[in-house]
Amino acid sequence: MILGLNILELFAQLPGAVAQGLIWGIMAIGVYITFRILDIADLTVDGSFCTGGAVCVMLIVNGYDLFTALMVSFIVGMLTGLVTGLFHTFFGISAILAGILTQLGLWSVNLAIMGKPNQALNVNNYNLLVSLRYLQEVIKGTRPFYWSPILVVGVFVAFLIAILYWFFGTELGSSIRATGNNQNMSRALGINTKFNKVLGLMLSNGIVALSGALLSQYQGFADINMGRGAIVIGLAAVIIGEVLFARLFRNFSLRLLGVVIGAIIYYIVIQTVLWLKLNPNYLKLLSAVVVSVFLAIPHWKGKLFTARRKGGSDRA
Amino acid sequence: MLELQNVSKTFNPNTVNQKVALNGVSLTLKDGDFVTVIGGNGAGKSTMLNAVAGVFPIESGRILIDKTDVTSLPEYKRAIYISRVFQDPMMGTAASMGIDENLALALRRGKRRGLRWGITAKERAQYKELLATLDLGLEQRLTTKVGLLSGGQRQALTLLMATLKKPKLLLLDEHTAALDPKTAVKVLEMTEDIVRRNNLTTLMITHNMKDAIAHGNRLIMMYEGRIVIDIAGEDKKKLTVEKLLDLFSKVSGSDEADDKLLLS
Ligand SMILES: Nc1ncnc2c1ncn2[C@@H]1O[C@H](COP(=O)(O)OP(=O)(O)O)[C@@H](O)[C@H]1O
Ligand SMILES: [Mg+2]
Repeated sequence: MILGLNILELFAQLPGAVAQGLIWGIMAIGVYITFRILDIADLTVDGSFCTGGAVCVMLIVNGYDLFTALMVSFIVGMLTGLVTGLFHTFFGISAILAGILTQLGLWSVNLAIMGKPNQALNVNNYNLLVSLRYLQEVIKGTRPFYWSPILVVGVFVAFLIAILYWFFGTELGSSIRATGNNQNMSRALGINTKFNKVLGLMLSNGIVALSGALLSQYQGFADINMGRGAIVIGLAAVIIGEVLFARLFRNFSLRLLGVVIGAIIYYIVIQTVLWLKLNPNYLKLLSAVVVSVFLAIPHWKGKLFTARRKGGSDRA
Repeated sequence: MLELQNVSKTFNPNTVNQKVALNGVSLTLKDGDFVTVIGGNGAGKSTMLNAVAGVFPIESGRILIDKTDVTSLPEYKRAIYISRVFQDPMMGTAASMGIDENLALALRRGKRRGLRWGITAKERAQYKELLATLDLGLEQRLTTKVGLLSGGQRQALTLLMATLKKPKLLLLDEHTAALDPKTAVKVLEMTEDIVRRNNLTTLMITHNMKDAIAHGNRLIMMYEGRIVIDIAGEDKKKLTVEKLLDLFSKVSGSDEADDKLLLS
């Protein structure tokens, strides 16, 4: 016992933080697709994350099986991305604003899906893929280890990364990467950049909704506010992953893994901050500050670099 | 092969910034024509090439490629016929993708992109051979991110990409202007070689009158959104810088030609 803090208490919280981090890591993969691959800051995710949770909970409560619930969550998430994509490409609204508009609209949609701001999903009544309860029981030893959400979501993540690795290696996936890299070149090479942006936004929000669906199962409810600030958590995970593993992880699939680890680290940090008895009210402020600092670093680095370059004379 | 019929383009119409960039341009290119385009700053050269490429819609006129009317086709669909190299070396390649990936994107210009693997082992071998012909050592750096290359290397790569899948029409917009003189000469030689070898129909903008005279079988000069000089065949072969300046002052009715053209 130091300063009234019990380190064992922190360790006891770790498995929960890892499980949550893994689930949010899926959402961060979605953010990576728009933010890093497409070069779009998509704010739809704050809404589509909740949409995924809402759809999943309502379907399970109404007797649909798990697989259907997850599939439909994914598809509805893709539809939210479609809306933002069309706002952006078809109506010419800036990507940021398009995302904000969809997010705002989704608030009402999510309420309509759930019928009220919060819908419970009691783990005693349904078969779920992941649950905090399962985690606790595995730790206690009353459930076999393969029920552990860490393992289940871990396998889920591995599967997702494998699929995305394949997809972004295909001709279509490569053309999406090219679109995010250089739109002029892409169009000159016959790539339909508008279509690709819409497709990327759909894929991203489908994945984000899946993450929301898993979180609602894990925590045993869906809540209208569950996606608030999701974009910042996603960005934090992306940035932590990149900063820590930039040199180590060059391959695309490893980068996605880095992002997931970033999310886990984010949750461990949050858990530690809570354990330090910091007022939880300040968590969002802390996240915002951390993310802005890390977003600013490449900018400052760039400035420093060009300032040095201006001293030289050659241009090649 | 390429036909521009009375093409006009005005930027920012009905505002104080209104600018007539193309004023009824008509031009017909035969198969295999290599046309150099000169003209002062703001004469409308880039606008003409961009109109052909479909970067923006034109107000009036028609554009035909091999008798197909492409006037209303979006830029990405015209890429079936056209490939381009831009002035800015950054613009023609994807910086955070590998040399091989960039080439693979270019090889599929105008083709439907599906769920087949984006690059095959056979292609890679082919790219290695082609890169070796550039003599820049790029064949050893197949998976290097293009962002790490110099401007000259990127421009050479863009040129290779533009001709990897033979286009009906090649558009070059001052593609050596951003390079240092030595690299510029090399890229221009490479251009001549590739165009000749593949017998490509080409429009090449250049700010250098000597280059414009030395290359191609036809030369056009633009002034205030119009083509004011059009010289081909034997006349083109006999052309000198002095003769060209002389011609231009006659056409434009002024002797400001020298400064305008030489300084630009
Ligand atoms: N996107 C644009 N918006 C407004 N004006 C433009 C645009 N592009 C070109 N212009 C104007 O049209 C004229 C022709 O430009 P351009 O075709 O680029 O000339 P250049 O012959 O130097 O390539 C110039 O006056 C230029 O300022
Ligand atoms: Mg120009």
